[in-house]
Amino acid sequence: MYSKIKSCGLMGIDGYIVEVETDISSGIPAFDIVGLGDTAIREARERVRSAIKNSGFEFPIRRITMNLAPANLKKEGSSFDLAISLGILASTGIIEHSSLQRSMFIGELALNGCVKPVKGVLPMAVCAVQNGIRYLFLPEANAREASVVRELHIVPVKELKETVSILSGESEIVPFVDTAFDDEDTDGGYTEDFADVKGQENVKRALEVAASGGHNCLMLGSPGCGKTMLARRLPTILPSMTFEEALEVTKIHSIAGILPPGLPLVKARPFRSPHHTISDTGLVGGGSIPRPGEISLAHYGVLFLDELPEFSKKSLESLRQPLEDGVITITRVNATLTYPARTTLICAANPCRCGKFLDPSGQCTCTPGQIQQYIGKMSGPLLDRMDIHIEVSPVKYKDLDSNGPVESSAVIRERVEGARRVQLERYKGMSIYSNSQLQPAMFAKFCRLDSKCRDIMKNVFDRLGMSARAHGRILKVARTIADMDRSEEIKPVHLTEAIQYRSLDRKIWNI
Amino acid sequence: MLDCFRDPVYIWEAGEAELKASGLCTPKVIRSLMDKDVRESITAAMDKINKCDADVITLYDSCYPSALKHTADPPIVLYCRGKLERDEVCVAVVGSRRATWYGLDMAKRLSRELAVRGITIVSGLARGVDSQAHKGALEGGGRTIAVLGCGVDRAYPPENRELMNKVMENGAVISEYLPGTEPVPYNFPARNRIISGLSRGVAVVEASERSGSLITADFALEQGRDVYAVPGNINSAYSTGTNRLIREGAKIVTGVGDIIEELNLEMTSENLNYSAKKSAGFNLSGDEKSIAQRLMSGPVHIDSIARDCGLSIAAVSSVLVMLELSGFVEQLPGKFYKLTE
Repeated sequence: MYSKIKSCGLMGIDGYIVEVETDISSGIPAFDIVGLGDTAIREARERVRSAIKNSGFEFPIRRITMNLAPANLKKEGSSFDLAISLGILASTGIIEHSSLQRSMFIGELALNGCVKPVKGVLPMAVCAVQNGIRYLFLPEANAREASVVRELHIVPVKELKETVSILSGESEIVPFVDTAFDDEDTDGGYTEDFADVKGQENVKRALEVAASGGHNCLMLGSPGCGKTMLARRLPTILPSMTFEEALEVTKIHSIAGILPPGLPLVKARPFRSPHHTISDTGLVGGGSIPRPGEISLAHYGVLFLDELPEFSKKSLESLRQPLEDGVITITRVNATLTYPARTTLICAANPCRCGKFLDPSGQCTCTPGQIQQYIGKMSGPLLDRMDIHIEVSPVKYKDLDSNGPVESSAVIRERVEGARRVQLERYKGMSIYSNSQLQPAMFAKFCRLDSKCRDIMKNVFDRLGMSARAHGRILKVARTIADMDRSEEIKPVHLTEAIQYRSLDRKIWNI
Repeated sequence: MLDCFRDPVYIWEAGEAELKASGLCTPKVIRSLMDKDVRESITAAMDKINKCDADVITLYDSCYPSALKHTADPPIVLYCRGKLERDEVCVAVVGSRRATWYGLDMAKRLSRELAVRGITIVSGLARGVDSQAHKGALEGGGRTIAVLGCGVDRAYPPENRELMNKVMENGAVISEYLPGTEPVPYNFPARNRIISGLSRGVAVVEASERSGSLITADFALEQGRDVYAVPGNINSAYSTGTNRLIREGAKIVTGVGDIIEELNLEMTSENLNYSAKKSAGFNLSGDEKSIAQRLMSGPVHIDSIARDCGLSIAAVSSVLVMLELSGFVEQLPGKFYKLTE
């Protein structure tokens, strides 16, 4: 007998319908699954056989052929187990064929018939809605994640036997509704807050500018001065994500299997901080069927590279194109996939090998040559994408001890959102959305300087020994500072503050 | 022998017979003068000297600095790039290679103010205090002499190459070692005796307990020179050496006047108010004035400036850049600011 059941496969961050066809005929007993499945799918035969038996049903001792259509796409993972077992049960007549219409089945089976959670449920749910599915049967543990998609009846199941009894009408369908989830609640639920940081006012200001214009930052400071602590708090002052943005982030995290349990929708902007031993594949994504890398996992959030000079040159080079384009396209033998990668890059580095160059106590043991060499390690194209350089000094005990009022992230975020709105308004109908994306050709239109500002700029290059690459960066950051000030044109105060954020271009670094 | 031949060149060019005839040499000396290897190595050295365009000044030359000549152990030969004068008033400014901003600042300031008064600054072209001393002298428009512990064709430390060229144009770079000599550690203490020997006095700016500049001070005492020391914070490990010098009787330096006084020089009064004149020309606004006031006591971090002046970070950043552009303040690594000297 023949049966057909719908399940779902993943291609990048999108799902596609997979039809699980089963045919049982007489012949030498066998169980074959065709349709370019990977090892996990081949092994599904054993899991399904045991799960059916242990759920109290009979496994047919006949010739079973299954096909995962479309047969030309590679499929991977254990999420087809539930559909495969139901296909067999439907073909042997245990389940009514008609009950399977307009339903989709996702889940991995344990040998005792339990349904276990799988990765990538959210994109599958989105795919189900797009294909007119009404009921999505999935592992109980994945129910909250899928419930973000409202137009769908979510049917969480615990075991195979329960699924069969629902399908044969013996038990009622109890669609899952997540009561804890509230659309209006967009706070993000960050555990960190800028109010935790005492002192470091100039760094906070620089990070606020970075958040307001979406600028990439480089932080230089001795070990233990709080670079990581400050960077971790950057997501908390970025504008709250819209529902669409949150859905996109959740999809990526769902595929990567890093969604925290009990969190249906990622509302906090992601903060990814890979170790410096990471490979280029780990950073931008890859694999025989490409998976998202750290830069995609940090989509709409912050990618933090601590100890920048320790990262391999190759992995840093691979970041250049996605940083520019906001997407990364990975081509492998099996597939070419495009993942979104729109992220704010924050890098941190010691100023020199011993780390004490910026320390006023003068204990640095490095020679100027060594400092040059250390900074030189990270120079080049990646540094060119850093709009803001921040020098972080160790915080003084006086600051740690003080009880003065410190601004909370929520207050700063409100200002940041205001500045972003100005930019969105200005760049309406253009391909860019923030000042960090301004191209040199647009400077004349959006970053016009009056004669006073031009004088300052000229003076800066003459007197402070700035390098030429600083010019464009200063203009962009000045534009952002003007936006924070709600000023139409860039005034000298905005320009001069922007100049403060180009430490590395100054002469003091080439003593 | 020199009396007889009048010039080493003649000894060099003399044949075996002539040397014998002079009756001044033992056969061993003649043998070594005629030896092929020795002659080749001397020719190679001459090549190197010519290549870097260095003058060779011997103890018997008239332009050999007279102060140095009358010390106990003057170098027989000085290799010199630039111009060395026979009688000039020199003061050595030396100190730690690893110095604090305070030390670097003081070195530069003292040297500049001495140079303005026509005093030549002698130092060792090392990192830290030495480099600042040369820079200060150049800023003051005076002469400066760098005494190296390696050949004069070598720039050591390498980042000072540009500074070395400037010193050559405004003074001299000298060494008792042949061009091509590597900067090996045991050469440096020996060159310190030249630094002190050239000078009327040695000012130690910042020295830790085991600093090489204390060796220079020791030589100075042996050679009968004055030793001046710039006092430092008694808790600072970078000033233990100088503070000890003061305890042991070195003259304390609280300003350039202390050195001038000791040198017994006739000074023109126009030079004395150098610093005061320079800053008088600025016209500061209210915020600028309060920031400048905060910076009076030394380098301050940008956060502290903002807090103490009651201004926002954004405002302070902007004002500081303006002050920097007008040359009134200077930025130090780590977002510290100080008034320009």
